[in-house]
Amino acid sequence: MNKTIWIMLIIIGLLAPFVVYPVFMMKLLCFALFACAFNLLLGYTGLLSFGHAAFFGSASYITGHLVKNSGLTPELGILGGTLFAALLGYLVGSLAIRRQGIYFAMVTLALAQIVYFVALKAPFTGGEDGLQGIPRGKLFGLIDLGHVYTVGGNPLGLNLYYFVFALFCLGFWIIFRTINSPFGQVLKAIRENEPRAVSLGYKVERFKLTAFVISAALAGMAGAMKSLVFQLASLTDVSWHTSGEVVLMTLLGGVGTVLGPLVGAFTVVTLQSELSSVGSWITVIIGGIFVICVLLFRHGFVGELARLLKRSL
Amino acid sequence: MKNLFSIAALSVAGLALTGGMAGAANTGISDGVVKIGVLTDMSGVYSTLGGKGTQVAVEMAVKDFGGKVLGKPIQVIGADHQNKADIASAKAREWIDNEKVDMITGLLNSGCALAVQKLASDKKRITMNTGAASTELTNKSCTPYGIHYVYDTYALGKVTAEAVVPSGGKSWFFLTADYAFGHSLEQNTTKFVTKLGGKVVGSVRHPLSTADFSSYLLQAQSSGAQIIGLANAGGDTINAIKQAREFGIDKKGQKLVGLLIFDTDIKSLGLKVAQGMQFTSGFYWDRDNATRDFAKRYFAIHKAMPTMDQAGAYSATMNYLKAIKAAGSDDSDAVMAKLKSMNISDFFAVNGKIRADGRMVHDMYLMEVKKPSESKGEWDLLKIVKTVPADQAFMPLSESTCSLVKK
Repeated sequence: MNKTIWIMLIIIGLLAPFVVYPVFMMKLLCFALFACAFNLLLGYTGLLSFGHAAFFGSASYITGHLVKNSGLTPELGILGGTLFAALLGYLVGSLAIRRQGIYFAMVTLALAQIVYFVALKAPFTGGEDGLQGIPRGKLFGLIDLGHVYTVGGNPLGLNLYYFVFALFCLGFWIIFRTINSPFGQVLKAIRENEPRAVSLGYKVERFKLTAFVISAALAGMAGAMKSLVFQLASLTDVSWHTSGEVVLMTLLGGVGTVLGPLVGAFTVVTLQSELSSVGSWITVIIGGIFVICVLLFRHGFVGELARLLKRSL
Repeated sequence: MKNLFSIAALSVAGLALTGGMAGAANTGISDGVVKIGVLTDMSGVYSTLGGKGTQVAVEMAVKDFGGKVLGKPIQVIGADHQNKADIASAKAREWIDNEKVDMITGLLNSGCALAVQKLASDKKRITMNTGAASTELTNKSCTPYGIHYVYDTYALGKVTAEAVVPSGGKSWFFLTADYAFGHSLEQNTTKFVTKLGGKVVGSVRHPLSTADFSSYLLQAQSSGAQIIGLANAGGDTINAIKQAREFGIDKKGQKLVGLLIFDTDIKSLGLKVAQGMQFTSGFYWDRDNATRDFAKRYFAIHKAMPTMDQAGAYSATMNYLKAIKAAGSDDSDAVMAKLKSMNISDFFAVNGKIRADGRMVHDMYLMEVKKPSESKGEWDLLKIVKTVPADQAFMPLSESTCSLVKK
């Protein structure tokens, strides 16, 4: 992809909070990073994890706990949450990659349900109420992330937005580099034909596990950001619905494309917020859209566009 | 590149436009409209006792007030928080930041209420809680802008325990909804049961909106307690009572006591199942002429009688608007000062007063479900056994752990 597109996307990202409600924009970025991290596993390694909410949610609890109860600064809180998700990813990954296909998905789902149960019962998570009132704190002890600028009569939390945007760019860049490295080439080889990769002498298990840990860590980073944005970590973040939602986002946008999960996450989150007034019909409408997508453009929005333009996006 | 320019141009234009409107004075009505948000459970286990009905009550109050305050229009918006604290706080944040909502009411579900009250107070917006019950709202988590209007777990536990324990219900087992509200209700009731000489032999916690209570009921049964206290609400209470009847628990000498029951729950249980049950309520539609009058008008719109949450939301909105009128401004500090100094007396609240900790104290009632033979109509469900005066029903201010209370 050429440079102008990237520069344009970054400029749009920088100007977005002046046009779109910043908290909504930050929510989009959190879910976009989550979907991108998930796509690294599904789209580039061919592993369908059905328990990614465990990493997303547990990191948001850990970050919330570190910032609220241990008084850490937000960047350390996010680092803590991300490391925890990576560790959890290592544990879940080492067990799950021993199986393939549907069994892999089932193992990840089962382990994610254990994480859900811990989040429900552990003393520091607040059970059904969630971990509430997480302070946004001061970045590096200096910059107040909760500060609100009044721009033209509208309150804008720009400090937090640019912090989240920077983290998102970092996460996205890590994924981009991973995909376009020799390591990423091996992952794609595994996705296309695993026995062949084995016969070429690659230690497939090790590659899969590394990809799993990177994906889990970045999903964790997304969750950690979300807990600062909403000042709340709740059971929704670790529930299997969230695991399902990220699959939906990735498939809608285009699995195995760089920009697909971004587009998918934006579509799903925007639909959910725009349709929130119709109540329980949301799921029906999004389900309908999903069915149409599967029937008409099987490669997702970006995947189909890439096919039309005959280039990878 | 052309797109980029148009986006940049748009955002600059947007800034210039909004910039012109900034800098309004602090008196009068900010941003030309008073907006009231009804944020509550509109689709889940609590939707019958609150839900759309609460929004209807708020809209009625606005209409009865004349639709305008200090010459500016009043607007009501509603949203469903689906009993999820994250959705509730995200919606409240969006309302306050984008829609300039001045007051949020409803707020069923203590988990959601705690999240929203904290958030709204950080942004200096008033919350008038008519739905949630946890006493934490006016104790540890009290805020200068939070009002707890209708009832709380202290009043529910106290009035019910004082009715049940002296008449022989000495040993208790709790069936508790596993979140802020259930915990608080169990804790407060336990305090009064033990104070009155009873004892609690055990408890079991179930998730919010449980369909199958059989395993919990079996535990309650094998505990041998005389009283099974239901520290839950809405659909959960209805399910628990129905299933307990199917198990024949009441025929084996154990008695079910619902700690939080609404008229709509009784309606859906039916008098045959519910008859004789005693519980505590902050409002009953058939109490006097004024309540009947309101209930009749409400019924004409909503096709159901108002619960205490819904009637409370009407009263809260009405008094909020009166306070704005008296203060001459919708500034949160000025309105709160007026609300805390005025006497609240209408069809809903008798001897009402909003205290420093945000608790609105008013008379509470011990209710009993009528026998089918006593009922004269579809909604003739309850009778008032006892009126408990405001100062005896609620937690005394001296016991409150709220930091706003000067000691």
